[in-house]
Amino acid sequence: MPIAMPNLIPVMPELVMTGVAIILLMAELVIKRKETLGFLSLISVGLISYLLLGSAGTTFGGMFVSDGYSTFFKLIFMANLVLTVLISPKYLQTMRINFGEYYALTLFATLGMMLMASAADIIVLYLGLELMALSTYVLAGFIRYDMKSNEAAIKYLLLGAFASAILLYGTSLIYGLTGTTNLRDIAVYITHNGLAKNPLLMVSMIFFAVAFSFKIAAVPFHMWAPDAYEGAPTPITAFMSVGPKAAGFAVLGRVFLVAFGSVKTDWSVILIPIAVLTMAIGNILALSQTNIKRMLAYSSIAHAGYMLLGIIAGTPAGISSVLNYMFIYAFMNIGAFAIVIMLRTEGFAGEDISDYEGLGKTHPTAAALMLVFMFSLTGIPPMAGFMGKFYLFMSAINAGYTWIVIVAVLFSAISAYFYLRIVMLMYMKEPKEVIQLNTSPGIGLALAVTVSAVILIGILPAKVLALAQQAVTSF
Amino acid sequence: MPSEYLGVLIFLMVATAFSIGALVLGEFFRLRRPYAEKLMPYESGNIPVGEPHMRFSVKFYIIAMLFVVFDVEAVFLYPWAVVFDKIGLYAFVEMVIFIVILFVGYIYAWRKEAFVWD
Repeated sequence: MPIAMPNLIPVMPELVMTGVAIILLMAELVIKRKETLGFLSLISVGLISYLLLGSAGTTFGGMFVSDGYSTFFKLIFMANLVLTVLISPKYLQTMRINFGEYYALTLFATLGMMLMASAADIIVLYLGLELMALSTYVLAGFIRYDMKSNEAAIKYLLLGAFASAILLYGTSLIYGLTGTTNLRDIAVYITHNGLAKNPLLMVSMIFFAVAFSFKIAAVPFHMWAPDAYEGAPTPITAFMSVGPKAAGFAVLGRVFLVAFGSVKTDWSVILIPIAVLTMAIGNILALSQTNIKRMLAYSSIAHAGYMLLGIIAGTPAGISSVLNYMFIYAFMNIGAFAIVIMLRTEGFAGEDISDYEGLGKTHPTAAALMLVFMFSLTGIPPMAGFMGKFYLFMSAINAGYTWIVIVAVLFSAISAYFYLRIVMLMYMKEPKEVIQLNTSPGIGLALAVTVSAVILIGILPAKVLALAQQAVTSF
Repeated sequence: MPSEYLGVLIFLMVATAFSIGALVLGEFFRLRRPYAEKLMPYESGNIPVGEPHMRFSVKFYIIAMLFVVFDVEAVFLYPWAVVFDKIGLYAFVEMVIFIVILFVGYIYAWRKEAFVWD
């Protein structure tokens, strides 16, 4: 039987991405100025974003689906990639790790995320997850002479491999139970055969929850995150804190709401304690950090906890508010990391929280930008972070989870301490030493984009929210 | 008694007798010139006795990775070749793309001097 040519339109962005990544890998061998490769990847993102908008459809026998949900996530990945590429070159030069593989690997990692967002079959999901994870492990260890970077890569690799194994175990149980790996077929089988109280289904859902919790760094599967975030090159920390987390939420939403949608009462019992613990541990441990990258790592753990509320709510409003929050989170988090990168100069790490003392006097613009991002991460109006949290908590209340929202608001109040401490240090302390800023046009552009996104979405939140709501209608 | 298994029984007996016979006969006829290296268990050129935490060159890892890459290629090529005439042009094109991607990896490894030992 000859294999028929599948419809390639839905998968076109991924195909272009693969092609560009391979071309970059080859170009790396001949091009001496590595920034050229970054520029090429920016151009390709423009092309891919254009292709994304006309890519709706299902292909490869229902294994790959391009719908509003996946397109929204892919746009987040594109924003993540563009911002990471913009903040990278100067840092790579300062750290003397200016190798061209960096750009090819970020592209491959993003390709893996795109496959995950579009996966309508657990096999495709796993394929994308591994492509993303393997590329990110290498990127985390990109500062080869630095022990901490090596430690980050090894820890991330070992725990990531562990999570992948658990995911495969869960997949094998589901396949044994239903005889399919297609998410929609699994859902149909579960409802038709009344598997709601099946213990194997429950075990399999626990395995899925554990594996995805690793990817989004939810407690108690967050242990790798602070070490990996601290040791990895800072642009990669920014990349890792948004991209893989968004991809993790994309598959979490799709698997739990499409495949296991009919047994929501069973899996919400698993996810609720994870969400509460994630908000608690993330926010409380962030209080005692002295390294800003570790602090932002714990903060990103806490934000995963907030976003889990939307998944637990499970309503279209809940999912669209997760999408909305992820979009906002991408800008505010990468913006904060861009400031961290600027403080890094040759021979000066600039990663201690005390290094921010007096930044308001020595570098008022950078301090003002950091203030915007810190306010947004705390969730203070009129920054975008407030609107994101507002919609998330509203959707959870409307779905009847009022007590979790109360818990979330309490922990969110705790988070104000460690975010606003940085603001306090910047404006209310005298500078200890003169800090040089390591700026570049790329970082400037990235900061301009992120800060205007954070303020604009904060003042006019309806546009992005409407897009997110539209995205989940086809879900 | 299933008589059709008689052949298997005879085969087993002949095989046992042959292998034992070959070992015993060899003992009488072969030359015996032992020296230290020859008496050592064969471990692909490594010294079999020593500390358990022996360090060996990181270059072996690169060789192992290259092996995995091209081994996977071979694993995919065999079933494809077996059903080649049944699956049509599309599968052929797909395999060409697959090999081109691997070839890119080959060029990359070559230019990064992964095949140079020193």
